[in-house]
Amino acid sequence: MAKDGLNTEFRLVGTRPNRPDGLDKVTGRARYGADFSLPGMLHGAVLRSPHAHAKILKIDTSKAEALDGVKAVVTRADFPEGLEGEDWNLQENTMAGDKVLYDGHAVAAVAATSKLLAEEAVRLIEVEYEVLPHVIDVDDAIKPDAPVIREGASDASVPEGMPPNVVRYMEFGRGDLEAGFAAADLVRENTYKTEATHQGYIEPHACVGQMGSDAKGEMWVCTQGQWFIRKMCCAVLGLEASQLRVTPSEIGGGFGGKTTIFMEPLSLALSRKANGRPVKIVMSRSEVLRATGPTASGSMDVKIGMKKDGTLTAARAEFRMQGGAFPGAPVDMALYCGFAPYKLDAVEHVGYDVLANRPKCAAYRAPGSPMGAFAVESLIDEMCRELGLDPVEVRMKNAVREGDQSSYGPKFGSIGLVEVLEAVKGHSNLAEPLGPNQGRGVASGYWFNHNGETSVSMSIAADGTVQVSVGTPDIGGSRASLSLMVAEHLGIPYEDVRVNVVETGSLGENEPTHGSRATFASGKAAILSTDQAIKEMCRRAANEWGIDPEAVEWADGAAQPAGPNAGKFPPMSIKEIAGKMGETGGPISGHHESLPEGVGASFGAHVVDVEVDPETGLTKILRYLVVQDAGRAIHPSYVEGQYQGGAVQGIGWALNEEYIYGEDGRLQNPIFLDYRIPVASDLPMIDTVIVEVPNPGHPYGVRGVGETGITPPLPAIASAIHQATGARLRHLPMTPQKVRAAMKAQDS
Amino acid sequence: MNYHLATSFEEAARIAANAGGTTRFLAGGTDVLVQMRAGMVLPDDLIDLKAIPGTDAMTQLADGSWQIGVAVPGARLGANADLCRDWPGVVEGMELVGSTQVQGRATLTGNLCNGSPAADSVPGLVAAGATVVITGPEGSRELPVEEVPTGPGKTALNKGELISEIRLPARGDNAGDAYLRFTPRTEMDIAVVGCAVSLRLDGDKIVEARVSLGAVAPTVLLVAEAADAIIGTTLDDAALDALAAAASKAAKPISDKRGSAEYRIEIAGVLAKRAAKIAYGRAKGDNK
Repeated sequence: MAKDGLNTEFRLVGTRPNRPDGLDKVTGRARYGADFSLPGMLHGAVLRSPHAHAKILKIDTSKAEALDGVKAVVTRADFPEGLEGEDWNLQENTMAGDKVLYDGHAVAAVAATSKLLAEEAVRLIEVEYEVLPHVIDVDDAIKPDAPVIREGASDASVPEGMPPNVVRYMEFGRGDLEAGFAAADLVRENTYKTEATHQGYIEPHACVGQMGSDAKGEMWVCTQGQWFIRKMCCAVLGLEASQLRVTPSEIGGGFGGKTTIFMEPLSLALSRKANGRPVKIVMSRSEVLRATGPTASGSMDVKIGMKKDGTLTAARAEFRMQGGAFPGAPVDMALYCGFAPYKLDAVEHVGYDVLANRPKCAAYRAPGSPMGAFAVESLIDEMCRELGLDPVEVRMKNAVREGDQSSYGPKFGSIGLVEVLEAVKGHSNLAEPLGPNQGRGVASGYWFNHNGETSVSMSIAADGTVQVSVGTPDIGGSRASLSLMVAEHLGIPYEDVRVNVVETGSLGENEPTHGSRATFASGKAAILSTDQAIKEMCRRAANEWGIDPEAVEWADGAAQPAGPNAGKFPPMSIKEIAGKMGETGGPISGHHESLPEGVGASFGAHVVDVEVDPETGLTKILRYLVVQDAGRAIHPSYVEGQYQGGAVQGIGWALNEEYIYGEDGRLQNPIFLDYRIPVASDLPMIDTVIVEVPNPGHPYGVRGVGETGITPPLPAIASAIHQATGARLRHLPMTPQKVRAAMKAQDS
Repeated sequence: MNYHLATSFEEAARIAANAGGTTRFLAGGTDVLVQMRAGMVLPDDLIDLKAIPGTDAMTQLADGSWQIGVAVPGARLGANADLCRDWPGVVEGMELVGSTQVQGRATLTGNLCNGSPAADSVPGLVAAGATVVITGPEGSRELPVEEVPTGPGKTALNKGELISEIRLPARGDNAGDAYLRFTPRTEMDIAVVGCAVSLRLDGDKIVEARVSLGAVAPTVLLVAEAADAIIGTTLDDAALDALAAAASKAAKPISDKRGSAEYRIEIAGVLAKRAAKIAYGRAKGDNK
């Protein structure tokens, strides 16, 4: 039905049925990571470093091992040697080797017959450290006298003579920068800083791992990607991938942070040492904050040239980011996304990936893009104010369109930035009058979206209902959107489709639910799988009717003669075909695997109104508007939910969230009391507008909507605070204290 | 760990006096159970007070004063219309502790004995002139609330002593109190600064006042100079400025992850003004 292009009339796509997993989740029946238990199961606990940087001189586990009920203790000595590259990084992060590299770094782990015993045993492990100087801030880490975190960690991209904590370096761009700046009426350059934030998913990491002496194992785990868990655990422990079977649990949030491993290999290593008894490990919130993967922090210089009419003439970005004690800060993504909304003929990007004594960063919703946007969109806004230009008009004037070359290289296909900005201009929020101490901020945001390795199967049950097996855990309503698409495609009720998120033994490799890919990639593969089943059902009908299979078409949930010449037969429904498939050739199913082509990027723009208490500097969000191109909203409620969730995480990042370190290099706020995620009463209802510029690369036009929404809030709120107070904050978070200080500096 | 279910305060005091290692009393448990789960405190003896008769009672005596049992949860304070009418500042302080769920268990006494300088229910009690009854091996004594905390996590309670009751004085006429705290978030947060004001009017003029500050010193402060700045005034702008200056001057905060000393000093003055205005309005009959 989609082969001739994009349909615009749908029976189910675009409707808002209840999600298939909804009842389970509101009744507590859904099984999350910590809900899983097995007979004979042990409980694990992890000893973590209290130091930001220290040599491990000695680990004495004898007292822990002697404790009654303790069945296994592991240290790095229980892991294979000789790993390289990212495998070594993962292993080193799982369990410290010669040095601990951050506060919270795992040093040893224990499995015992109860959680309390395991925790008691952990306290009995004695570790002798030689504390080393540490470095936390990215700009400090590249100073000449900074403590060196790991000699030789730099890759070939780093030019000779750079500080040793610079482990990746990049520069790219095009055009004549000098001429571009010379052609501008206004050239401005500023430095912006963002602090590390955590995804803050509600569900802490949890797993049950079981591994026998035969190197065959199983794992039940809360993850965004069971194949990634399998691959990484096997790399770290020296196992064969197909011998480990990984089953994902229901997932209470991930936002990118559950696309990698943390304590999962420890449960397997402990189980192996405890004669194959399963070992459960559940992280506390403090462990989650100290020892999983927050995002990077950034220090960013941006320079932009603008004409009096708002036309951009040239732009340059130099970003420095630390992503913890290992390579992998998303500085490249930040650079790609920063100028992406703008048509630029002269642009230069320089990036530094820097080590610091912090936990290894993981993906967090559009990794890098919010930082890039904070720097670029803030400066654009500052320049608009200086030139007296409307920030929406300036964005429209410079907006990229289909066929334009992006700031980072590739040409854009079909994109919807102009449509998004038009929708912003027409929205009633922009007409709301602002009172004293109030301000309005506007910013754009961008995310590429992603395809990724995808393998999907579907099959028809004997009663004509349909099951779909996908490898992408449902983190944002994808079971609903996949059910809608498959039901639409087959012409059957939504309720007749069940989408199962399956374990690693059931399908070929799937990348995690990341890159906003599940509805796009698993959706496209599900539709292509369904096409195979439809073809087979048409063949069965043709056989029965004694006509050519080509003369049968699928419509309204049934095989039908394709036209008057095909013969006159009543439609044969899916239920009828399924009911007798045992006699007509056996099971009917479909399967598709690929790197689905045709990814569609998503642009968004946000408008925020704030009021700042002039005496305390407290920022209140009065109104918040998200406008974003979804391509096609399969289930609009869950698209809106993604828009709102992205905005709220961005609001938290902008106003209060940050990793706060003491002089000793220890994390000061590993608890939600002091790591301040917004609470419901901090927020207005987030208004949303779904723009639909269909993606021609997907049968229903899907782009992927999960990530773009976290990008604009950081600069939009900074600009709104600027208008409300006259003070521009260039260092996140914009806490009341910092806003008040900026206002006082303004006054004096 | 030994768990004890005490049936009288005397018994609880005796158990505590004879205990060797770390002892904790359990009423609401919203501090101690969380601390145990987090491994911060691993008591050798945990003494449960909830079975002691009267710990869940909240009584207004004939003279108008109040007795509040040590296990009365915050939710019941807010549900008592008479207490809300008499001491709205005390109630709103307690109601800021934790979430709705926590309010079902958390108690005034527990919040006080936790010894946090940022405890939200304590400034209101101090401004109100509340006292506590302490039971110990040597008998009972009464202490003003402001004398209970002696430093972060520390109290004036001796070994074997525990609080057996909180007493609020009779409110009387033409009076009002209020508590405000400053937090970056609207809920589920901990005070950067807290301030309670209690005052009485004669006509438009303030004739009695008590001002208390939280989170700006090792203990919650009773600031006489701040009260003096508004006594005898109609809370005009000059009085408010004097109040703010006195509150800021009394604040001796540290700089930490929750706020710098400089910021806390400034906010202490801002909150004092705002809390005084609310208390004044309530004394005039505002229902807020």
